[in-house]
Amino acid sequence: MRELVIVSGKGGTGKTSLTAAFASLAKENVLCDADVDAADLHLLLQPEIRRRTDFMGGSKAVIDLKRCTSCGLCRDLCRFEAIDAEYKVDGIACEGCGVCVDLCPAQAIDFPIQKCGEWFISETRLGPMVHARLGIGEENSGKLVSCIRQEARKLVEEQGLELIITDGPPGIGCPVIASIGGATALVLVVEPTVSGLHDMIRVIDLAGHFKAPCLLCVNKFDLNIEMTEQLEEVARQRKMRAVGRIPFDPMFTKAMIVGKNVLEYKKDSQIARAVQEAWDGIINSPAMNSYGIRSM
Amino acid sequence: MIISIASGKGGTGKTTVATNLAVSLGDSCMLLDCDVEEPNAHLFLQPQIEKSETVATFIPIVDEGLCTFCRKCADICRFRAIAVLGKKVLVFPELCHSCGGCLVVCPDKAITAGGRELGVVEWGQGAGVALIQGRLRVGEAMSPPLIKKVRAYADTRRTVIIDAPPGTSCPVIAAMRGVNFVLLVTEPTPFGLHDLQLAVEAVRLLDIPCGLVINRCDMGDDQVRDYARQERLPILLEIPFDRKIAEAYSRGRMIVEEMPEWQEKFRELFGQIKLEILADIWRRERQ
Ligand code: SF4
Ligand code: SF4
Repeated sequence: MRELVIVSGKGGTGKTSLTAAFASLAKENVLCDADVDAADLHLLLQPEIRRRTDFMGGSKAVIDLKRCTSCGLCRDLCRFEAIDAEYKVDGIACEGCGVCVDLCPAQAIDFPIQKCGEWFISETRLGPMVHARLGIGEENSGKLVSCIRQEARKLVEEQGLELIITDGPPGIGCPVIASIGGATALVLVVEPTVSGLHDMIRVIDLAGHFKAPCLLCVNKFDLNIEMTEQLEEVARQRKMRAVGRIPFDPMFTKAMIVGKNVLEYKKDSQIARAVQEAWDGIINSPAMNSYGIRSM
Repeated sequence: MIISIASGKGGTGKTTVATNLAVSLGDSCMLLDCDVEEPNAHLFLQPQIEKSETVATFIPIVDEGLCTFCRKCADICRFRAIAVLGKKVLVFPELCHSCGGCLVVCPDKAITAGGRELGVVEWGQGAGVALIQGRLRVGEAMSPPLIKKVRAYADTRRTVIIDAPPGTSCPVIAAMRGVNFVLLVTEPTPFGLHDLQLAVEAVRLLDIPCGLVINRCDMGDDQVRDYARQERLPILLEIPFDRKIAEAYSRGRMIVEEMPEWQEKFRELFGQIKLEILADIWRRERQ
């Protein structure tokens, strides 16, 4: 079993569109949408949900004013300024540390566990998919990511499949860290811009912490050829393989509007060939191949 | 006045709008880059960094000489960041949420305050704009405390523009809470619309007035506009796709540098935001 995680550092570089296109080229794979904060892969794959599970995250403090004696201790203890002068807990600010709950002398604080989101196991035309929806403003995105990655692993094993393709979140924080630990390889989808370069370097550094090998795929490479070459040069210095260059093409948007990936939208196009080339580069890379997977 | 520039989806042009708006308003405003995982505003403003401060968050340090291994710290910790194994106390700094529970409950004063580095806050001046940016340490998972720190340095007598991180979870909330207005930058595509809906939910949860900027407004369909109409979200600016803008952006150039006539549009945008804020105050007073 191998897992390919698509990340980018900077958001909106085309991760999800490429993930969906790669899914057309891979066989025997499970898809996993780890961008639980703003998941979009389902818009291209129209999954049929087979199983829906509540995601229970941390707890939040609730003060029972009937029991509360207004001693003020909880307000002093709370480091998150979550308790106001009327002893009402602000659910958004509450970190769920439970310090007030444990130390309230009147035992006036309840600590109900919260539903922080939902996750789904679905069927799509390109294979099974695990995805999720984190509640608005919730913490615990990392926990939810770990949870669905684990489910994707189970699914791959149950169904005797080979590969997980995971659409990762942007940034380098908690959900990204949860997305890349234990991945076989990361594909960095980067645009040739100063921001793309800056953000890519931070992701490479992060991947280094987890010893996850990285591959570079430049999207919209023709917007700035010099910058594309610079990205590839940085990749070389960091011993990463550059696997592909995808040209800028409004077809990505057109395909998205009709709910398809670019390969389904137009099988025989310059884009389709570039995506195929990138995919071959990924699947034949030493990072993916050292385990014996073959190009399909 | 504080305006947060946000978007559910990444890469819709938050930083473009934030930097161009700030530059168009000039030295009356201050830009806070709260996208601390991937701060990009500095790439466009090219500031001289004048000052930098390392920011740390509380983690416990245990003096095993004083510790009686009573386990009270491990019992109160909801994040499994501290464990007692026989005659040893283990602290897992990266799991610690800095709640201070262990510090309070330790009966033997064996715990003192240590720190885990979150990242740095940097101050600079570039393109006529004062910039404060947070830069999360690579490997650090928790960005909200650093975002709060950056915001704490805002000079609220000035117009403060916040470049928020993407998404809809806790980091975005930290960058939007308590501001006067949220400007949501979106693109007219199915992904743009879907993530915009989530972002609007977040803004409504915080009960802040908001408006939209549609970037690459000619590159998709009409669903975002239909949604805006239904939800009565004002569209305050539309920026067409222009290969020239995209190429300039790729080199770190702002729209207003490439096409100075846009300064006026960004100033108008600011005027509209002020009107929206006033209208919102008026609506609330009437209720
Ligand atoms: S659980 Fe922690 S964060 Fe929440 S109100 Fe109590 S002390 Fe504050
Ligand atoms: S500060 Fe809170 S989260 Fe950190 S170790 Fe102590 S009890 Fe646990």
